[in-house]
Amino acid sequence: MFRSLSRIAPQLITLGAIVLLVTAFFPDFILIGYERERLVGPIIDVLKRGAPVALLAIGMTLVIATRGIDLSVGTVMAISGAIGAWAISSGLGLAPTLALAIGAGLLCGLWNGCLVAVIGIQPIVATLILMTSGRGIAQLITEGRILTFSDPSFAFFGSGTLFGMPFPAVLWVLLALVVTLLMRRTALGILVEAIGVNRSASALAGVNARVLLIAVYMAAGLCAAFAGIVATADIRGADANNTGLWLELDAILAVVIGGNSLLGGRFSIAASVIGAMIIQTIDTGILLAGFPSEYNLVIKAGLVLIILVVQSPNLAQSWRFVKDESRRRRERSYEARKELRS
Amino acid sequence: MTVNPRFYPLLATIAIFVLAYTVCWIQFPAMLSTRVVGNLLTDNAYLGIVAVGMTVVILSGGIDLSVGSVIAFSGVFIAVVLRETSLHPLAVFVLLLAVTTAFGALMGLIIHSLAMPAFIVTLAGMFLARGAAYMLTIDSVPISDPFYDFIKSSYYLMPGKGRLTVIAGVMLLTVLVGALVAHRTRFGASMFALGGGEQTARLMGVRIGRLTVLIYAFSGFMAGLSGIVFSIYTGSGYPLATVGTELTAIAAVVIGGTILTGGAGYVVGTLFGVLTMGLIQTYIVFDGTLSSWWTKIVIGLLLLLFIVLQKGLLRISSAGQSVRHA
Repeated sequence: MFRSLSRIAPQLITLGAIVLLVTAFFPDFILIGYERERLVGPIIDVLKRGAPVALLAIGMTLVIATRGIDLSVGTVMAISGAIGAWAISSGLGLAPTLALAIGAGLLCGLWNGCLVAVIGIQPIVATLILMTSGRGIAQLITEGRILTFSDPSFAFFGSGTLFGMPFPAVLWVLLALVVTLLMRRTALGILVEAIGVNRSASALAGVNARVLLIAVYMAAGLCAAFAGIVATADIRGADANNTGLWLELDAILAVVIGGNSLLGGRFSIAASVIGAMIIQTIDTGILLAGFPSEYNLVIKAGLVLIILVVQSPNLAQSWRFVKDESRRRRERSYEARKELRS
Repeated sequence: MTVNPRFYPLLATIAIFVLAYTVCWIQFPAMLSTRVVGNLLTDNAYLGIVAVGMTVVILSGGIDLSVGSVIAFSGVFIAVVLRETSLHPLAVFVLLLAVTTAFGALMGLIIHSLAMPAFIVTLAGMFLARGAAYMLTIDSVPISDPFYDFIKSSYYLMPGKGRLTVIAGVMLLTVLVGALVAHRTRFGASMFALGGGEQTARLMGVRIGRLTVLIYAFSGFMAGLSGIVFSIYTGSGYPLATVGTELTAIAAVVIGGTILTGGAGYVVGTLFGVLTMGLIQTYIVFDGTLSSWWTKIVIGLLLLLFIVLQKGLLRISSAGQSVRHA
């Protein structure tokens, strides 16, 4: 327990620092109210608006842990959202609609996984294919229009409230918990890390790398489908052009801010979703703090750069070097003093 | 005569372009005219230039996600500077190229000195350049300058009344220069070595840090040049322009036969990759009944085709090598 806390400590400190920074500019940021049986306030808003990126970050963490990357998740969001909106507006009912939307996400994941694990294409290229063509497929489903619907049961996934919290926020917290337990209470997490560290060695050690890789990409597809459902239900319409546009980059950023190496290996889902919340706090905070919205991207880039520099492996190395050096010097002077005394 | 297997991806790219053009020509005989060719080159000039820079980055085993934003920044920068000052456009161009080259060099420096993945550093660069464009202006700024009108109205009349515009000429020249730099200079050789493997490149005596900075500076220069061409093409600067161009450029590089892990490929292939993608768009315009989203689907299929083709070729050539070794 203590060890896992120290793993996510840098991310928690960063999040705390950014919340403090925003609060300094906009004091009402940390206020949470209770109105009409639900919590309201900027922080609740961050938890809700950050849901798509947090959901994507869960799947992306697993993919990156296997030394892969999934550029297609934003597009998969659009496909799932388009299928969901199409199904619900043609009167299929809630359960079949969810099944179709989630099935589409899993199918996209299966496609990516097969390209990576069976044909052996580099992940970045394999998922680039679906990223470019997928938006065309989503537009094919919506026939280039924005499909709107008014079904309240489907809209609940975007704007509903559960236990006083917005449903999207509950969804990502629950999913993160379930996936973390699945990974850490079974050997699955270690097997995923083994593939990321050295795929051929893990295969020699008896890990069925091919099946596991496909499963990991399908998990990313599943997460993207959830994110697509949330985003589509939120605006009660499927916009094939804009749903999830560039969210794959935010998701990758969340994973990297979460301290996970792009070279695979050890991962922490908790740190990744905190990373997603850091990004959302920056986005919301810049707006609330009253900066002109033109400055959003520059401030975001600056903060990202600072976070990355602080986490840089080279910097950690030189920091360790300085620490070792000062210790050595202390020991040397201590010994010199001892010699003088004797 | 046997062809070196290394040329297969390049030949496949050219063959598919010729095949696609033939199919278009059979269906619409009017496609085979220098007018269509001239338009194809002009419409894709900015993409071709930025793709040359991207080819060099990818050949070295890196990636540059910032180029689309840099193009948008360039357009806005030129438009705003021309509006606010009385500088000659050529002076503004020089200033802009210095800025974008320095920007690329800075990204290369960060990638090397902090040992961060290029993907993440250039992603931050993408936010930064787009943000800088927003800070200059959030509106579309028209460019009205006699020099711009002069460039736009001058062209070389090809036989068959096709117009080879200045920007199309700049693009072809860029591809030529890019090919010479990549395949005929020491810089190019070191870059291929780096793409083949950082360890081996270091053992060969390549100065990795200096090379990384130069490669990303080259890409930044090309993105700036592409921004100039784009501003001439559209006659304005708009901070929301060319969103996603970096991925289109990567797709063009892959269709052009360059392997994304780096170390193998040709700059000329990229030109054909760009032209193939432009041809699909031209076909859809000629057809008139197909919707624009088919472009994306067909480009995705082409990407898949080329990658599977490269995989197959790689397997064949490595099998041939192991037979020779045995």
